[in-house]
Amino acid sequence: MNKIKSFFSTFLLIELLKGLALTGRYLFARKITVQFPDERTPLSPRFRGLHALRRYPGGEERCIACKLCEAVCPALAITIESAQRDDGTRRTTRYDIDLTKCIFCGMCEEACPVDAIVETRIFDYHGEKRGDLVYTKEMLLAVGDKNEAQIAKDKAADAKYR
Amino acid sequence: MTDALTYLQGLFGFAWPLVWSMAKIVAIVAPLMLGVAYLTYAERKIIGYMQLRIGPNRVGPKGWLQPIADALKLLMKEIVLPTSANKGLFLLAPVLAIGPALAAWAVVPFTPELVLANIDASLLYIMAITSMGVYGIVLAGWASNSKYAFLGAMRASAQIVSYEIAMGFALVGVLMAAQSLNLVEIVKAQQGGVFSWYWLPLFPLFIVYLIAGVAETNRAPFDVVEGESEIVGFHVDYAGMAFAIFFLAEYANMILVATMTSLMFLGGWNPLFDFAPFTWIPGFVWLLAKVCFILFLFLWFRATFPRYRYDQIMRLGWKVFIPVTLVWILVVGAAMQTSYGHLFH
Repeated sequence: MNKIKSFFSTFLLIELLKGLALTGRYLFARKITVQFPDERTPLSPRFRGLHALRRYPGGEERCIACKLCEAVCPALAITIESAQRDDGTRRTTRYDIDLTKCIFCGMCEEACPVDAIVETRIFDYHGEKRGDLVYTKEMLLAVGDKNEAQIAKDKAADAKYR
Repeated sequence: MTDALTYLQGLFGFAWPLVWSMAKIVAIVAPLMLGVAYLTYAERKIIGYMQLRIGPNRVGPKGWLQPIADALKLLMKEIVLPTSANKGLFLLAPVLAIGPALAAWAVVPFTPELVLANIDASLLYIMAITSMGVYGIVLAGWASNSKYAFLGAMRASAQIVSYEIAMGFALVGVLMAAQSLNLVEIVKAQQGGVFSWYWLPLFPLFIVYLIAGVAETNRAPFDVVEGESEIVGFHVDYAGMAFAIFFLAEYANMILVATMTSLMFLGGWNPLFDFAPFTWIPGFVWLLAKVCFILFLFLWFRATFPRYRYDQIMRLGWKVFIPVTLVWILVVGAAMQTSYGHLFH
């Protein structure tokens, strides 16, 4: 009996028609494509994208060259050299992040005692020649200056969980 | 119109028959190529929609120029000649693949009057010409001198030859019902609305023809020939325009099979119902609509079914389709000897 039943369901293409009905329904279903450059998906305040070095509202750079980020970086992507400035404070003379090494784990951000190095929401950046993705101190500060409003907002949103 | 024709006839003199034939060929091939281009676009869009994507939409408004961009890309690419390939055969193969795909259109009627060559045995001509397409595939696999291409070609030729039998038997049913091998006569025999078309009395043959048509053109779910995820198939060594020709041939064949299905089982240019608002629409539009419907089915199948295993394809062709068509031909033949014969005419 079962054999006869399965013969007819095979012969009458029942399951194939069911499959067609399913894809037929999906033809009219709402599409889920996000058209990237025009539309963007929402990002978390904790999103870990391109790095930035921040400044205090007065304009003084936050980084005090404690080198905790350099020490914690598991990919050894951060290189720091420091010197004493004329006013007697210690500052970095070099702060490079090799973004081709960086794994965007966010541990530099965690380690930083003064919230100087942060990761922003920027993820669509590129380099056009070798070395373009080694970000120097000036470049990182520039990213920070440009996006300070967003960075500050994200830090504030996340502060109560820290 | 006639004045213009006479004027042109005088202009070209003795070369006129040649020029006039060329003009007619261009009048068929150019829209066909455009149809192929936009069939690829429709395919990507429809399959995209069924997968909850939106498909190409960047080139031109809503992506309408995408096929043009694809064609340009393929034209600019280098035609790679493998070192160990047989160069002459390697370049001949795509020509042999597309030649039959285009030549078959010579006898396809678009309206009762609009047909390039209204020959008596046009059904036979179509069967003969489309069978030639397999040579292009076998040659491509052979001349590439690559085992993957060769495997693909072997699969393709076995599959095409097998399904041609079932397809041929399905057409025998049509031939018996219409009592003619002429495509115009076959469509005229289906005069009337949707219930006088042959899909109803010859329903098993219609289904077999449709599925065999999918297999003939190596479309999913019978695309082991290409099998992108496994062996890539007979045209693995082809690039640029040489590959594009195979691509054109495949899609031209798809449109051909869809047209043949519409002509033989869906009443060709006959309107859906044989009364007022439907008969106002010209017959050519009806034929086009039916072809588009069948082509949509092809794309729908591709979006739905997983690829058949090779031995299952062979089993389906030999152990299911051929017996089914034979039985139904017998039924039709027997019924024609009784008083129920009119049901099949």
